[in-house]
Amino acid sequence: MEDSLLIGGRALNNRLFIGTGKFPNKTIIPEVIKESQSQVVTMALRRVDFDSEQENVLNYIPKSCILLPNTSGARNADEAVRIARIARAAGCGNWIKIEVISDNKYLLPDNYETIKATEILVKEGFVVLPYMSPDLMVAKKLQDVGAAAVMPLGAPIGTNRGLKTKELIRILIEEIEVPIVVDAGIGKPSEAAEAMEMGAAAVLVNTAIATAGDPVLMAGAFNLAVQAGRKAYLAKTGRTKYYAEASSPLTGFLTYEEAI
Amino acid sequence: MSFYECYNAYKDFDFNKFWRELTPQDIAGILTKDNISVWEYLALLSETAESLLEDMAKKAHKLTRQHFGPTILLYTPLYLSNYCVNRCSYCGYNAANKIRRKTLTIQEVEQEAQAISSQGLRHILILTGESKYHAPLDYIMDCIHVLRKYFSSISIEIYPLDTEEYRQVIAAGVDGLTIYQEVYDEGVYDDIHLSGPKKNYRFRLEAPERACEAKMRSVNIGALLGLNDWRKEAFFTGLHAKYLQDRYLDTEISVSVPRLRPHAGSFQPNAKVTDKNVVQYMLALRLFMPRLGITVSTRERAEFRDNILRLGVTKMSAGSCTKVGGHTLEEAGEEQFAVSDTRSVEEIRVMLLQNGYDPVFKDWHPLTEDVIKGEENAGGNCAENF
Ligand code: SF4
Repeated sequence: MEDSLLIGGRALNNRLFIGTGKFPNKTIIPEVIKESQSQVVTMALRRVDFDSEQENVLNYIPKSCILLPNTSGARNADEAVRIARIARAAGCGNWIKIEVISDNKYLLPDNYETIKATEILVKEGFVVLPYMSPDLMVAKKLQDVGAAAVMPLGAPIGTNRGLKTKELIRILIEEIEVPIVVDAGIGKPSEAAEAMEMGAAAVLVNTAIATAGDPVLMAGAFNLAVQAGRKAYLAKTGRTKYYAEASSPLTGFLTYEEAI
Repeated sequence: MSFYECYNAYKDFDFNKFWRELTPQDIAGILTKDNISVWEYLALLSETAESLLEDMAKKAHKLTRQHFGPTILLYTPLYLSNYCVNRCSYCGYNAANKIRRKTLTIQEVEQEAQAISSQGLRHILILTGESKYHAPLDYIMDCIHVLRKYFSSISIEIYPLDTEEYRQVIAAGVDGLTIYQEVYDEGVYDDIHLSGPKKNYRFRLEAPERACEAKMRSVNIGALLGLNDWRKEAFFTGLHAKYLQDRYLDTEISVSVPRLRPHAGSFQPNAKVTDKNVVQYMLALRLFMPRLGITVSTRERAEFRDNILRLGVTKMSAGSCTKVGGHTLEEAGEEQFAVSDTRSVEEIRVMLLQNGYDPVFKDWHPLTEDVIKGEENAGGNCAENF
């Protein structure tokens, strides 16, 4: 069955996006990407050293992948916009993940500045994927100004705590039309599967893979988990029942009556 | 309110009594917590906590991996001038010391910048002695202008500036400030700073907050260990870092843990600081502020630097030379202190990789308008990916 994810006019067959920060050694990135089967790879523009063969992370990302530069380091909309423009001018394509963080303690996104940056960059022709704190009104606004997807956090960046914002993400999935990509907080493949079962369009994982004992093996595990979660979603998991249901329905006699 | 009031609120506290009353059980209890209070941080700096150092290390390692991954940012210092009008009893640049003095010409700055950047480094920290006469702000600005061609991040470790001056250097392309209080105890501070503008304790103490006000991207503070009881100095440094981080959320705060090193002059440390002490200090800092940057310089021995990698470090200097013009000039000025880890940048890079760490050479991209224009004109650097 054909089940691809459409973002910014591109059809993706794999729903695991991966990050390139925090790897112990850039040379394992190609293997991680291969094992993850990921087609979208994000990297912080501030870490890309265009002048150095060895240090330039782009040299380790296969050409077939879509680059998703992020604006990490931006403290407000203006800085995010500048980073996006630099990325595009440097030839990194027109996909951009907006990350506006002005809180160094928890690294929580600034939703207000994120909306502003998204609006400006969409007008400039970027395919914008904003990272945000899950909030319905904010997600609606992002959708209205043209975000190609929205990326709510499951838990604060790097915490590996899982889907702490599950109820809020569930609402976004129900109410928002553009794809919901769960970003940040996912620490285990089972949590990625959970997000996918709920109906998330994709998940972005970095820390959980990069800091695993064996990042390549973990990348494979995430790939399978995301696929499993997606399949479960498509298969329409049985409804969770909070009360036991009587096996012979209490109103069954009514049909019986009609039949006589 | 400035940090000075905060310092005053704690300065007369009976630290020794507090530490004497702690039990190992108290420390073990603290280690189970996710958020650690100022008092708990103080407890982790006690002698009692030494018996739980390994437990502290395990937790610090885990927190560091979680927040930073196995990455270490590399930078190097570039000494622009060793003229100094101060007499700090612990420093080789002390105005009273008869040493060869030098200020680099702009051409020499460029020559040094070329040599350093050819090793792959993209983060630079420029230093001067404290002499606004020999290294005025205009000169610093000219240097920044040249260095921007070679480096993506420029930090300064120069005399303290006022807020407006910090704004000016930021507009010119500086994104980081390093300024050490050296010693937080105001009495000791007065004793060892014999003369010069640095005697103004408060102007120095409040420099980091002025830089944060001016929107400096990262600020690195520290106490020079060996000038006073390290446990108290570690406490005030942590308190200062927390004060800054709580008030200026958008500035990245980091702490250095430098120890006194041999230098031209005869000053002997007031308090001995062992490797174990430095480790305890770093661990306590990490547990207290999980996202804090922790910087270790080449003042420390190579072997010690390798061993503490897993204990919370996030930034390291590499290929350092504390002589003015030391990278390329034959007639280099005298060094500020003796470097201990003399390995090359390449050797440090290999060592980090062997230990499972990613050496990060670039972690910032300047955003000033002319840089963006430059990128737009150059264009196409990673277009081959499509
Ligand atoms: S520590 Fe700084 S101010 Fe003091 S003598 Fe040395 S260079 Fe001058």
